[in-house]
Amino acid sequence: MINVENLHKAFGDNHVLNGVDMSIGKGESMVIIGGSGTGKSVLLKCILGLITPDSGTITVNGKDATKGDRDAFLAQFGMLFQGGALFDSLSVWQNVAFRLQRGPLKLSKTDARDVAIEKLRRVGLKSDVADRFPAELSGGMQKRVGLARAIAAEPQIIFFDEPTTGLDPIMSGVINDLIREIVVEIGATAMTITHDMSSVRAIADKVAMLHDGSVQWTGPIDQLEHSNNPYLDQFLNGRAEGPIEAVR
Amino acid sequence: MILVSWINGFLAAIGAATLGMFASIGRVVIFALSTISHIFRPPFYPKEFAQQLLHIGYFSLPVVGLTAVFTGAALALQIYAGGARFNAEAVVPQIVAVGMVRELGPVLVGLMIAARVTSSIAAEIATMKVTEQLDALTTLSTNPMKYLTVPRVLAALCVVPILVGIGDIIGIMGGYFVATGRLGFNAAAYLQNTADFLEIMDIISSLVKGAAFGVIAALMGCYYGMQSDRGAQGVGKATKTSVVAASVLILAANYTLTELFFSA
Repeated sequence: MINVENLHKAFGDNHVLNGVDMSIGKGESMVIIGGSGTGKSVLLKCILGLITPDSGTITVNGKDATKGDRDAFLAQFGMLFQGGALFDSLSVWQNVAFRLQRGPLKLSKTDARDVAIEKLRRVGLKSDVADRFPAELSGGMQKRVGLARAIAAEPQIIFFDEPTTGLDPIMSGVINDLIREIVVEIGATAMTITHDMSSVRAIADKVAMLHDGSVQWTGPIDQLEHSNNPYLDQFLNGRAEGPIEAVR
Repeated sequence: MILVSWINGFLAAIGAATLGMFASIGRVVIFALSTISHIFRPPFYPKEFAQQLLHIGYFSLPVVGLTAVFTGAALALQIYAGGARFNAEAVVPQIVAVGMVRELGPVLVGLMIAARVTSSIAAEIATMKVTEQLDALTTLSTNPMKYLTVPRVLAALCVVPILVGIGDIIGIMGGYFVATGRLGFNAAAYLQNTADFLEIMDIISSLVKGAAFGVIAALMGCYYGMQSDRGAQGVGKATKTSVVAASVLILAANYTLTELFFSA
């Protein structure tokens, strides 16, 4: 479904991606882990075309992601941003129904609002939230609204960027469970970026560990604890000593 | 040896600054051309355009009115005092009219729009960039240039000339009130002199300047907002730079348009 080959990206002298290779199958939930600044978000943005890679290839459903109709390409995706990225000037339901009010998927205002309220219900929010503005919501509610927006058009592929950052452990668990349920329910391919191990265990079918701009280890979730990979081992156990340099 | 090294460093700094300036001009020109190309290509966002008409036009009326009325009033006092030095106090209505319509009206409205609208657009779009809302727009198959820049630039193009026209009228009325209330001018004669002296080209130049200044103000706000660096500091810098750039460009464009309209 998504194939990344020998992807490179540098910002000036800072080589963020140094030959990333990755493959995500249809309906699979891939979680990418790694420390801060290891290029996880850059990789995700390269796949979406928000950042242009220096070299390498990205194919989605066998088609080169950098060529062809951008709107049709992006219509396959839903994305939950780290901070929610909800539009401040729009109400909650207008945020959720944003894609449904424009472009080829355009619905009437009433239908779009009905779909938005249904999606809000799916992520555990009541209909009275629909007319509020994002600034009036708590962090957890904003994440749920972001999740509802990501799934509103029932995309084939959903990206989750640090879905539990800034949430308490209970709310993190709720969001992780919701993500897992929804991905299975709509049969979507998922790619999640996180360094929250509870998210990894709740969401992942496969895990990839990114460090120094390349994939250090990849495999199914049940092999995570027995990988014998020194990078992964250090990361999982949170040790300062090991191949990953930790600045004190 | 130290002197040569110092001169080299000095020249290199000048060269780098010059190249940087031309690169910035190039980026702004490309942004402007891109905006123009998006104006004519669907999808269009009429609702956002209507909202911006309201934000840029209607809500700017108080600041435009207050600026114009005080400027017109002060202008009448200055012309009266200056004219008294060579017994030409009677020219107050004519000079207030031509001064407001040709120069002060469009320039002051342009600068007020730069202060109020450019800063607001830059801060809003920069915040959207910092909080990944621009990326979110893109992932939702919505081009930020079409959704954010085009409605703002088009709305400014349409509404700032109207604001300038209103500012001209209020400025002339400011002069009228001071001249008739404080300086002893006859009310009917003042208005008659104003109407007789103004030419159609004065009014056309005023409105054309308004349109140009509106485009500059909105374009600078959008450009610097989208170029913003991360964090609160990035938003602050984008806002400040956009207002400075818009103000300087408005004054430069004012000179150029005055040359085009009125040079002999």
